[in-house]
Amino acid sequence: MDLSGLFAQVLNGLQYGLLLFLISSGLTLIFGVMGVINLAHGSMFMIGAYLAYVIASLTGALWLALPLAVLGGLAMGAALEAGLFRRFYKREHLDQVLLTFALILLFEEARSAMLGNDFHAVPVPAILDFSVPVTAEFAYSAYRLAVLVVCLFVALLMFLGIERTRIGSAVRAAAEKPEMVDLLGLDARRIHLLVFAVGTALAMLAGALAAPLQSVYPNMGESFLIICFVVVVVGGVGSIAGAFWAALLIGLVDTLGKAYLPEIAGLVVYLLMAGVLLWRPSGLFAPGR
Amino acid sequence: MLVAGRTGTLLLLLGAAVVASMPWWASSYHLQLASTALVSAMFALSLQLLVGGAGMVSLGHAAFFGVGAYAVYLLPPGLSIGLTLPAAALLAGVAALPVGALSLRTRGFFFLMVTLAFGQMLFFLFHDTPLGGGKDGVFVTRPAFEIFGLLWEVPRRQRAQVLLWVNLGLLIAMYAALAALMRTLFGHALLGIRANEDRMQALGYDTRRIKLVAFVIAGALAGISGHMWAMTEAFVNPEFLSWHRSAEALLMVLLGGIGALHGPILGAFAYVGLGEAATLITERQRLVEGLVFLAVVLLLPKGLAGLLPRGKEGGR
Amino acid sequence: MSALEAEALTRRFGGLTAVADVSLSIAVGELHAVIGPNGAGKSTLVNLLSGTLPPSSGRFRLGGQDVTGWPSWRLAQAGIGRSFQRTNVLREMSVFENVRLAAQAAGFAPGLWLRRAKRAAAPIEAARAALARVGLEREGIAGTLSHGELRLLEIAMALATHPRVLLLDEPLAGMGPEEGERVAALLKELARDHAVLLIEHDMDFVFAVADSMTVMVDGRVLEQGTPTAIRASDAVREAYLGTDA
Repeated sequence: MDLSGLFAQVLNGLQYGLLLFLISSGLTLIFGVMGVINLAHGSMFMIGAYLAYVIASLTGALWLALPLAVLGGLAMGAALEAGLFRRFYKREHLDQVLLTFALILLFEEARSAMLGNDFHAVPVPAILDFSVPVTAEFAYSAYRLAVLVVCLFVALLMFLGIERTRIGSAVRAAAEKPEMVDLLGLDARRIHLLVFAVGTALAMLAGALAAPLQSVYPNMGESFLIICFVVVVVGGVGSIAGAFWAALLIGLVDTLGKAYLPEIAGLVVYLLMAGVLLWRPSGLFAPGR
Repeated sequence: MLVAGRTGTLLLLLGAAVVASMPWWASSYHLQLASTALVSAMFALSLQLLVGGAGMVSLGHAAFFGVGAYAVYLLPPGLSIGLTLPAAALLAGVAALPVGALSLRTRGFFFLMVTLAFGQMLFFLFHDTPLGGGKDGVFVTRPAFEIFGLLWEVPRRQRAQVLLWVNLGLLIAMYAALAALMRTLFGHALLGIRANEDRMQALGYDTRRIKLVAFVIAGALAGISGHMWAMTEAFVNPEFLSWHRSAEALLMVLLGGIGALHGPILGAFAYVGLGEAATLITERQRLVEGLVFLAVVLLLPKGLAGLLPRGKEGGR
Repeated sequence: MSALEAEALTRRFGGLTAVADVSLSIAVGELHAVIGPNGAGKSTLVNLLSGTLPPSSGRFRLGGQDVTGWPSWRLAQAGIGRSFQRTNVLREMSVFENVRLAAQAAGFAPGLWLRRAKRAAAPIEAARAALARVGLEREGIAGTLSHGELRLLEIAMALATHPRVLLLDEPLAGMGPEEGERVAALLKELARDHAVLLIEHDMDFVFAVADSMTVMVDGRVLEQGTPTAIRASDAVREAYLGTDA
């Protein structure tokens, strides 16, 4: 086997997995803490990617999209939580599904009305448009490496935020045991707003980072959403660490599957999920029950 | 689950009579549209067995609709509907068995995500592999109208009206079968599971097995509706399996009301009617769909079925 | 012969041991009370014996058969009926349907699945009998019952499954004195043809009805024996009854 090719695929897989982590962590926290299913989480990723496309084509400075995606995500998440989702925490799953599916349709329609239905490539920023020689005969895209580093950095920030701050530990407690919020006498509203805003910002950031790698296209959020569901199922709902390891696992399996088993590539991650369900239906990394 | 009372049943039958009489007063375009609504109603009705019957919200139900539709493509052309329809139901039921067995190891949110993921897996199976004739879909030969050796030669001109009647007949049969099912001990157990699954387990019900049986029945019924869709359109497409279709069916169920067995029928007709009305106003169909979804969830949590006279509660 | 026999049942949650090495045995015709302060592991014990939780170690037998690790539905089929500490019924269904579903559960084999519920006489009669036995005459939706009536409904549901063993987790909680007396009489009567495990806080009541007792503290058995022996036990007096004495 071509070793440097394998090495590149593994790096690709890790980088893809880390992007999945940014999206799934929000998904799993939003469900864990608020008990709400947000199908529109994939749309946030899509919006982030289109934001990067617009910024890049207007200003040529892609890096500007990153802080804008984070700020825009925080604002969007807070607005959605306060304006809409807050009313749906106690409603049935069916209602939540239809609400968030409606949002997908509306976001996609808005995207189509403003920017059309074409595929758009987003150029890699000029300063990162080169390859880093890893071994004598193998070089790896600097932009992909940068994405890897940024994602790791964000993941680290999240772990620190959750482990080392008061509000972070409250969020973790709430995700593992929602009734804890009341028991600890915490301000549930503030926690909900925070979790939703941060989760949305992470998904938009992931979209902005992914734009030059994926190009941007209609419905791009959905394929990511469904893969992220697989991540959450494999990792266990409400567990950030679970989402992290599961995202890396799924990223690797999917990337390697596409590279080495192209005939059944689309099915591999689902077969993995089936295996996990047989073995541990509450997820590989579910907090002990 | 609420089965329509006497007045409600009468109104439903009146509606059926109106649809059945359409060939005498409606255009062939509207015949086709009515068939679409009838098949959508069958599909939503099969989903109601899961949602209203046992509280299982599946986002992968369209996969079995798609399998039923693709059965028409996969079976050799020229067979009769008497063969292809049971075959489609069987294939879809067989597909639902492993999906259900795995998905039902989970509940609630997990169940939703897992059904969606497995549905997507089946979608990829038809979208990415040569099995289903490619990602753009294929035309299929309609099965012949032949039952027990009696061949009914339908001239091209009358095909739309015959399909309309067949679809109507199947919808009525499906509704009657499900109404009967919900009155059995099994149906009552399902409703008990929907009300409080843990308590039912503590009483001695193997709830997972009961739910799995319901899941397979619902899958087979979805397969029947998929078969009729393929037969009506003479075309199959991987999009039949997409989760958008599952979400649409969930909307029909919610629009009609999850508390009533006939809810999805009203929901399907309302949904198809709304979609048709919307094309008069705008080309942006998703905008209309999205707004309808939003309006229903925000304003009509009980669904349309509340507008029909109430029947007797199934569980009494 | 004992209907229910537990042997060194243990349940750990992470580092916490909620039930440690609990052994007990109850015969049909016996009312066995489990008492102990809050957090002693009594409800966890009931959850272990009803299969809601699997034990970490230890075994238990039902009519001599080892049933350790069976899921709750199978244990219920095998003859364990239970009521819940926090009322747990099918609130949106009628009182009668609650009990009828409970009765229907006994021996619910696929061969019976397609019987019309209205025409299946056995569960209907069993439900009527169970309701009559607990003296619950209310009709209508279960969610509209008063607290005391819901406790009776719980017992009726447990009875309707035709159990040999009844696990009753604080059936009197929140009842008025009059209702309480009625339930006390009912429990005594039920203990004649069932093996009853009762968890209860009201000490006067427990000592009046129990044939035998287990005192639990911190998940462990502190003392077992007849009410007279328990009353005389220094250990129990010191650790638990001391506050009252």
